[in-house]
Amino acid sequence: MKQDIAGTTMFDGDQAQKGLALNRMCFSFNSAENRAAFMKDEEAYCRKYGLNEEQQAAIKARNVLQLIEAGGNVYYLAKFAGIFGLNVQDIGAQQTGMSVEDFKAKLVAAGR
Amino acid sequence: MARIIGGVATTHVPSIGKAIADKKYNDPYWKPFFSGFDYVHEWLAREKPDIAVFFYNDHGLNFFLDKLPTFAVGAAKEYRNEDEGWGIPVARPALGDQAFSWHLINALVADEFDITMCQDMLIDHAVTIPLELMWPGNWPVKIVPISINTVQHPLPSMARCLKLGRAVGRAIESYPQDLRVMVVGTGGLSHQLDGTRAGFINKEFDHLCLDKIVNEPDTLTRYSIHDVVALAGAQGVEFLNWMAMRGALTGQVSQAHRNYHIPISNTAAATIVLANEAQAARRAA
Repeated sequence: MKQDIAGTTMFDGDQAQKGLALNRMCFSFNSAENRAAFMKDEEAYCRKYGLNEEQQAAIKARNVLQLIEAGGNVYYLAKFAGIFGLNVQDIGAQQTGMSVEDFKAKLVAAGR
Repeated sequence: MARIIGGVATTHVPSIGKAIADKKYNDPYWKPFFSGFDYVHEWLAREKPDIAVFFYNDHGLNFFLDKLPTFAVGAAKEYRNEDEGWGIPVARPALGDQAFSWHLINALVADEFDITMCQDMLIDHAVTIPLELMWPGNWPVKIVPISINTVQHPLPSMARCLKLGRAVGRAIESYPQDLRVMVVGTGGLSHQLDGTRAGFINKEFDHLCLDKIVNEPDTLTRYSIHDVVALAGAQGVEFLNWMAMRGALTGQVSQAHRNYHIPISNTAAATIVLANEAQAARRAA
């Protein structure tokens, strides 16, 4: 994965190709009915959207960095996180290995 | 003829939608952001725009990544919002002005901007939240949404977005009806949601952008998209919407208002009002 800006993956053509099925599944989570169908049978839902093994494992692990590695775009991953009531501070904390409180404190500190 | 009265740019973070629904205007976390709209409300009450042209980016509501236009212009009678999947309330629809939209579309294509035209278009939080911030509870304007791809690279350059804005400005001013038109740029400023650099904010670069956009927007075109990602964060590229807004201000521009606050959600939040004194008015003076 190209990361010439540290800690940053450009969502470019390579990532877009890799992540098309995963992002398409997350796009479907705009609908409450689809969110419920995913919760009812997660594996079947992933199969229906044609996710590859890496993507299915990352979904199962609820691991945002792995999902990005597998081609996920963060705006679509946020729709997936939304199913579990997680916001962008929660996923920021997970990706940076911080507690949510520490991550929020880091944001506040950026203003000083 | 239509007149461009000025522009507003503001952050559009989804959680603002929740804060509005929960009426958190005076909550200590939110007050520094919401109080930045007191001036905006006075300005809008005084200037009374008929139409607001919005430059924004769609986050996976109207467009998916399979067919993603670089620039798309709405030409609908009404623009609806729908469930975006992250739990913010669905907003009321906004009204369009189809004749005005088609005038912009015709003028832009004649001006070599080969935009996508959308007779049906859902608007996401990047339009509905700024509308609700500017006119709480009641949106007295008709809108034209112009979406810019800030999501899937390659993105249009800072220079290209400034030029798009300038073409939109020329198109507005060639509309024969006497309408008062404002332009809006949404999103930003510095923020990053993804990767181990999540939470990145750059106050210094934001201040530079806020300073330069008023009267020296061309100096900002020296930053490549790669530079903007490095300096403003992966989602800080939403500043492209601000560049287009600024481009549409074709007259003498001055900053009427600026508010900047860190953080709202993961974002450095900013709101500006730029007044535009039209060329014709200056000539007459």
